[in-house]
Amino acid sequence: MSLFDIFFYLFALLTVISAFFVVSVKNVVHSGFYLLFTLFGVAGLYVLLGADFVAVTQVMVYIGGILILLLFGVMLTNKITNVEIKSGATNVLPAIVVIGTFAGALVSIITRTNWSESPSPAPQTTIGALGKLLITDYVLIFELLAILLLVALIGATSIARKKNENASEV
Amino acid sequence: MLQVGLNHFLFVSAILFSLGLFAVITRKNAILVLMGVELILNAANINFVAFAKYGTGGLHGQVVSLFVIVLAAAEAAIALAIVLNIYKLFTNVNVDEIDNLKE
Repeated sequence: MSLFDIFFYLFALLTVISAFFVVSVKNVVHSGFYLLFTLFGVAGLYVLLGADFVAVTQVMVYIGGILILLLFGVMLTNKITNVEIKSGATNVLPAIVVIGTFAGALVSIITRTNWSESPSPAPQTTIGALGKLLITDYVLIFELLAILLLVALIGATSIARKKNENASEV
Repeated sequence: MLQVGLNHFLFVSAILFSLGLFAVITRKNAILVLMGVELILNAANINFVAFAKYGTGGLHGQVVSLFVIVLAAAEAAIALAIVLNIYKLFTNVNVDEIDNLKE
């Protein structure tokens, strides 16, 4: 068992176990903090796959941005005096049946398929090649996503802000 | 079998996807449903990056995973704005109790 394998199992266990806690604990804030470990474990898996830039982006955008946003959402949608921020669950039994079947199908597909694995080259930094791809092959998608992100953020602030009483007069 | 290959990453991704779907189906709090969606997006991203390493497509998988991360950020911002508005209207964010379109 090489060092690569050991680190894979470490990060995979971290990811899966904390993801399990995300979906099973009652307290919403605890779920958010377990999500932190899941996202960190996924970033570790990216590093093992030789995707250094994607891993750094994962840490910065997911942990630094989306997770904070979600925690803000938890804080803003509960009463301050409410210490126990809990969430119940519905349809647990049918969900377990459906998702158990689904996961079984996924696992059997993965194990039965004969994946042709090409021998991967030695890992090297991907930033330069990724940058070239982003401004050549994917430049249209890149620009469209930039506009989409701008529109989404402006839309989000305009949806979420308090309605001004005399807005029509201004 | 202990030798880590493409299969192992796909298994982690499948488990993550199933757990995310479980959260989306069962949790009542809308924020937790959003966390489930983030888990699902992460599972898809692991697949993209894993196939980029073990397949022959080069770096294209990684580029797509970057796009997915951007979309996840936009989705989280919009969804949280909507959840805040729902909270203002109904004073709770339980998705099983919010069943009318207006007050």
